[in-house]
Amino acid sequence: MSVTAGLFYFFSIILLFAAFRVITARNPVHAVLFLVLTFFQASLIWMLLKAEFLSLSLVLVYVGAVMVLFLFVVMMLDIKIESLREGFWKHFPIAAVVGIFIIFEMSAVLMGGFRVTEDPSTLSVAGTSNTRELGKLLYTEYIYPLEVAAAILLVGMVAAIALTLRQRKDTRAINPSEQVRVRAKDRMVVIKVEATKPARPVEAATETSVENKA
Amino acid sequence: MTLTLGHFLSLGAMLFALSVVGIFLNRKNLIVLLMAIELMLLAVNTNFVAFSHYLGDLHGQIFVFFILTVAAAESAIGLAILVLLFRSRSSINVDELDSLKG
Repeated sequence: MSVTAGLFYFFSIILLFAAFRVITARNPVHAVLFLVLTFFQASLIWMLLKAEFLSLSLVLVYVGAVMVLFLFVVMMLDIKIESLREGFWKHFPIAAVVGIFIIFEMSAVLMGGFRVTEDPSTLSVAGTSNTRELGKLLYTEYIYPLEVAAAILLVGMVAAIALTLRQRKDTRAINPSEQVRVRAKDRMVVIKVEATKPARPVEAATETSVENKA
Repeated sequence: MTLTLGHFLSLGAMLFALSVVGIFLNRKNLIVLLMAIELMLLAVNTNFVAFSHYLGDLHGQIFVFFILTVAAAESAIGLAILVLLFRSRSSINVDELDSLKG
C-alpha cells in the first residue's frame, strides 16, 4: 500500500467520523465544529487528487467564511435542544436502514464499475500549476459564467442584508451624514421681532368689539 | 493496492448517505438540516474533483468552483432567513412552521 493510499484511508476515516458526529451531536455548536473538521479532511483529500486551488479555496471559503457564519448564527439563537431532538431515536432505525442500503449499493456499483487507476498523462504535467490552468480556463472559456457567479454573490449579499435589516423606531441615534452637512444658519435662526409699540387707545378696541358683535 | 476512481466515488457515496441519514434524524432542527445539505454538496464536489483528476479534464474543477460560489450564497441567504424566522417565532422547530397551511 502506497503512502497516498494510506493517507487516503486516514483522512477518509476522520472525514466519515466527523460527518457522523455532525448529524448526531446534541449541541449545535459541536455540530458546526465537527463540520469544520469534515471540510478540512475533504480539502486534504482534494489535495491528494492534485486539485490544489480548490482545496485551498475550500478551506478559505468554507472554513473561513461560511462556517464562521454558521457558528455566529448558532451562538446567537437561543435554541431549546430538547424539543428539537424529539423523535431522534424513533427515526433512527429507518434512517440507518436507508443509509446502509445507499452505502452498500453505491459502493458495490462504484467499486466494480470504476476501476480507473491513475494515468500518468493526466493534469499534473511537470511545470504547469493547477491554479494557472484553472485560471486560463476560467477567464477564457468560462468568462460569462464567471460574471454570472459574481452577480449571484452580489444578489446573495444584498438579499441577506435586506432580509435581516430592521429599523428600530425607539433609538435616538444621530444620522452622521445629516450632522456633517449642517451649516451655521441651520443651527440658529434669527427671527425679526418688532420693537415694542405703544398700546392702542382703549376706545378703538371697544369699537371694534362692538362691530364684531353687530 | 492502489487507489482507483472507485475509492473516491465510494467515499462520496458514504458522505452523501450520512447526510441523508442526518436529514432523517434531525427533521425538526432547521440548522442541522442546513448543515446536512452542506455535507451533500461536499460529497458531490468530491465526486467532481475525483472524476476531473482521473479523466484528466479540468472542466470538472471549474464546475466545483461554481458550485462553491452558489453554495456560499445559498447558505448566507438560508441563515438570514433562519435568523428572521427565529425573530418572529422564537423557535426553529420545523413542525411549528405551518402558517401557510399547506
